[in-house]
Amino acid sequence: MGAPASISRISPERGSVLSFLRQELRPKGKLLTTFNMISIPIMAATAVILFFRFSQGLGSVTNLNQEFPWGLWVGFDVITGVAFAGGAYVLTFMVYILRMEQYRPIIRATILNGFLAYIFYSIALLLDLGRPWNVINPIIGNSFGLSSVLFLVAWHFLLYITAEAIEFSPAIAEWLGLKRIHRVLTGLTIATVIFGITLSTLHQSGLGALFMMAKPKIHPLWYSEFIPLLFFVSSIFAGISMVLFEGGISHRVFHDRLTPEIKQSHDRIMTGLARIAGGVMFVYLFLSALNFLHGRLWQHIVSGWGLWYLAEVIGLVAMPMVLFVVGSAKNHKGMIRTAAVLSLLGIALNRLNISIIAFKWYAPVHYIPNVMEVVVTAGVICAEIWVFRWIVLRMPVLSASPAWARRQADVERERPNVKEVAA
Amino acid sequence: MERREFLKLVGALGATAVAGPERAEASATELEDSYGVLLDVSQCDGCRTCELACAETNGLPEPEYDEDTLDEIVRPTSETQWSVVNCFDTSAGDVYVKKQCMHCSTPACASACLTKALLKTEEGPVIWREDKCMGCRFCMLSCPFDVPKFEYDSANPRIQKCRMCWERQIEGEMPACVEECPSDAMVFGKRSELLEIARERIHQNPGDYVSHIYGEHEAGGTGWLYISPVPFEELGFRTDLGEKAYPEYVRPFLTTVPVVLIMWPAFLLALRQATGPVAEETVDADHTQQMEV
Repeated sequence: MGAPASISRISPERGSVLSFLRQELRPKGKLLTTFNMISIPIMAATAVILFFRFSQGLGSVTNLNQEFPWGLWVGFDVITGVAFAGGAYVLTFMVYILRMEQYRPIIRATILNGFLAYIFYSIALLLDLGRPWNVINPIIGNSFGLSSVLFLVAWHFLLYITAEAIEFSPAIAEWLGLKRIHRVLTGLTIATVIFGITLSTLHQSGLGALFMMAKPKIHPLWYSEFIPLLFFVSSIFAGISMVLFEGGISHRVFHDRLTPEIKQSHDRIMTGLARIAGGVMFVYLFLSALNFLHGRLWQHIVSGWGLWYLAEVIGLVAMPMVLFVVGSAKNHKGMIRTAAVLSLLGIALNRLNISIIAFKWYAPVHYIPNVMEVVVTAGVICAEIWVFRWIVLRMPVLSASPAWARRQADVERERPNVKEVAA
Repeated sequence: MERREFLKLVGALGATAVAGPERAEASATELEDSYGVLLDVSQCDGCRTCELACAETNGLPEPEYDEDTLDEIVRPTSETQWSVVNCFDTSAGDVYVKKQCMHCSTPACASACLTKALLKTEEGPVIWREDKCMGCRFCMLSCPFDVPKFEYDSANPRIQKCRMCWERQIEGEMPACVEECPSDAMVFGKRSELLEIARERIHQNPGDYVSHIYGEHEAGGTGWLYISPVPFEELGFRTDLGEKAYPEYVRPFLTTVPVVLIMWPAFLLALRQATGPVAEETVDADHTQQMEV
């Protein structure tokens, strides 16, 4: 096959493992790229800010206060970020459960994205914790707050990161040429996928359930007993929109490494995902409308907040939905990309409305994140992209798996059902 | 293989999730027997002796304020001042009210806390425990009274709030603020007894009180109870909090969790089976398939 030379290497011998790793650790590609020039100063500034955050306390670098305990680092990095990372569970559902084979070429990149997103949002969460050294308490049992939604979310994060690590691990085994381990890890995929989808269902909705007790503090247009359900449904199209958005960028940036399979199927995958996103958004809008009527929310609509709510629901959900549907019908890539961006903005706005903007809408002085909070958020995202790039340039994520691994996978896939059950 | 693993995990995770709401319920049955404080707003002179007593007892800095503007501004409780007396300009003239943690019977903060750093004690006070807290501030987000305060300017921050002098209570003493009050505006005792006293005072002095005990039902009932000569909204109390205990708002979600944990994997596995290629094999294989269905 015409796989790029850099990955069609033979598996390293025992003695040469060190030299193999040393060679892989060296930077690949140009150092003076636009992204590097922007991201390096941001990450350096982040390091400085974090030094002050840990030596002087959260108040020294954030605008958080007694009225607004959660700011940008939770509202955007964690609550919004996890919704954006929903693509991994949606795509694994489509490929491994519904066996929609046409989406298999992008499954690894999506899992890797989800995995890294969770790792880095967990880091962002650690930065926001006042007493991060106690973060192991809910895990080691000092003590188990079983009635806490956050307890559930924390455990699900941990388990889901593990599940995604296992889902991605065959790529690492292929990179290191570990054939036997590869077989074992691949065998775990279906179990972890099912487990991962279940965990995702619960923690995506769980993030919404975090706000259930903040009832008197959230504007009635955004507070509803159905927040968990709305969070879950919206995480589906948020995840797909992120796959579309990020996929478009990866397609350009890593063009040299793409398998012919990905190149050929790119357009078909895009239109397919756009159609699904549009459908899910319709369901979401329907649920929102039910909630609107059920909660008698029309009494709040003639106000500034009412307009703001309509801007979110109509401008950034209904409109991208139409663009997705029309774009996929007409096979119009630009329209689909626009829809993806609008839909991501809509999700971000919805999560920020609930956690920050419409939170304590009655407060005389409202929390607004300062520059340092924004820089740290950007720094975390930059660091994530660096790691993503490092992995994509080395492991078979967008590029083809080695021939031995592909043969193994084909054997696995063509095994009939019955044997799987009996095994 | 796969399925057995699932069942084990589902069992473990499902059990924890089910246990949650049950615990909240158990503590709710004990609430009438726990201790609280009844504050008769009409008796308070606004001398602020209680503020000082609180600071001294809990090792907090002496409250600092500008005497001239003191009665015009409403000071919130803070990480260095757990108890604050404010003056409100009401329909019956100036009225002073002391505010602090309400020590809910079924506290939102304690049910929000994932390490039980915040704990509703048997005695009644809701306390915070330093060795457990990870500083996530979910308690602050959840508390309907906005009570827990966080030390934003510390590298080793604590959650700060009134503990109703829990340490004094277990030694048989009453909270410092109650003991020091020169005008006996506060009564310390069992919650059920305090409710009796409150009802009696309202009943025997018609016209002196509004017919409402703040805290009897608010947010599912609180350890601190207030009676007042003026409507509570004039005294800066939120009257839109509802009578439901706040952890109840999460219960529908928490009860769904074990259901999803059990149903989802089974459903997904079945879906995967249904979408798979049909096996063209021997009778033996068909038999196995039937068993599965």
